[in-house]
Amino acid sequence: MPVPTDPSPALAEYAHPERLVTTAWLADHLGDEGLVVVESDEDVLLYETGHIAGAVKVDWHTDLNDPVTRDYVDGEAFARLMSAKGISRDSTVVVYGDKSNWWAAYALWVFTLFGHEDVRLLDGGRAAWLAEDRPMTTDAPSPAPTDYPVVERRDEEVRAFAPDVLAHLGNGPLVDVRSPEEYTGERTHMPAYPEEGALRGGHIPTAQSVPWARAAAEDGRFKGRAELEAIYTGEKGLQPGDDVIAYCRIGERSSHTWFVLTHLLGFDKVRNYDGSWTEWGNAVRVPIATGSEPGDAPARRS
Amino acid sequence: MTAATTGGAAGTGGPAEGLPPALAEIVEDFHAVSEPERLQLLLDFSRGLPALPPRYADHPELLEPVPECQSPIFLLTEVDDDADRTVHLFFSAPAEAPTTRGFAGILAEGLDGLPAAQVLDVPGDVCSRLGLDRAVSPLRLRGMTGMLGRIQRQVRESTAA
Repeated sequence: MPVPTDPSPALAEYAHPERLVTTAWLADHLGDEGLVVVESDEDVLLYETGHIAGAVKVDWHTDLNDPVTRDYVDGEAFARLMSAKGISRDSTVVVYGDKSNWWAAYALWVFTLFGHEDVRLLDGGRAAWLAEDRPMTTDAPSPAPTDYPVVERRDEEVRAFAPDVLAHLGNGPLVDVRSPEEYTGERTHMPAYPEEGALRGGHIPTAQSVPWARAAAEDGRFKGRAELEAIYTGEKGLQPGDDVIAYCRIGERSSHTWFVLTHLLGFDKVRNYDGSWTEWGNAVRVPIATGSEPGDAPARRS
Repeated sequence: MTAATTGGAAGTGGPAEGLPPALAEIVEDFHAVSEPERLQLLLDFSRGLPALPPRYADHPELLEPVPECQSPIFLLTEVDDDADRTVHLFFSAPAEAPTTRGFAGILAEGLDGLPAAQVLDVPGDVCSRLGLDRAVSPLRLRGMTGMLGRIQRQVRESTAA
């Protein structure tokens, strides 16, 4: 049975408030039957330095990525992971993490690929919890294994591949959530981040630039709905019925934007292109655009 | 610490081969434990990273940033005017970046106090010899390679004059 949703008025304005919980709600519900808290960080050791009591760790790279193919783990590996973390198919999962929940949103998106029904984000993530001086512990939980079923991943609804993006050019909006310097092509990686080896700088033609962080408030929580609408539907002209593809460099920052568009603004069809710039910027025979303008869709190759 | 001990596993063909003794010992320590324990060991290095001395703590602009790392880290090397050109290392990284701090802690313990020539001889692939590829991921280990490269470049510049 799912854990009740957070009735906080702060969340009520969003399209799907059941996808978020506040720090206060989580503090009150820790230990509830059916609730599993997951920490998912960029830094692979951060969890070990202290985490919310009872929270289990899911690492985006070592747990969710397939070690050989550039892809996510398959249904069997996901089922093993869920069992090891004490997560059942009907568990309510609350994910939180560092860096304004980038990696937490990424983990939530991967849970979505496997159709895990009830997965929520802790608004503000790890930083918000710590800013309120809420307790952390280094005690490692030892969850009882579950019998999580082997579920085949369903990529088509929320995930886009390069051919999908190519076919999308000129037919629907694309959102590039990287930094302005990455968008224009001045640089191929995030400022102060490692060079991940894209051969060319720029963006996918027709993509609009909306850096992910515009959706986050100063404290790392999501901005209010009106502010978000002013950016995505007002300034950029996206409509909730649009078929939208978001991308970044490896798909993590665009998971954050995917969450905003899908769960906070209620868009029906948003896909995350996780191949993102590390694939597109290196791919043979795909067009790019440079500079600050979105650029035109290329003529169809016959 | 002296470089005269023979901790290095020269000629054994193991992951510690050709490394200065302290660094060789660290590599062997990592390989002596299971993968989950290697993360704990890295965390120990993170906690053990020495704080900056006041002369640098008060002047962060003197330190060089390492953009290959996913978290902000700054480093500085000093080379003594002695016969060995002894190298000293200084790092600054926030507590919220324990992995990066752990990499810095390994380099501090493994290289600090060595003659410049030995620091310059450390092979560039040392970061991939810690057995952390699976537990930490090669992507993250690139940051440590970036730190080593910058340390060696600074030492090269200091000893070129």
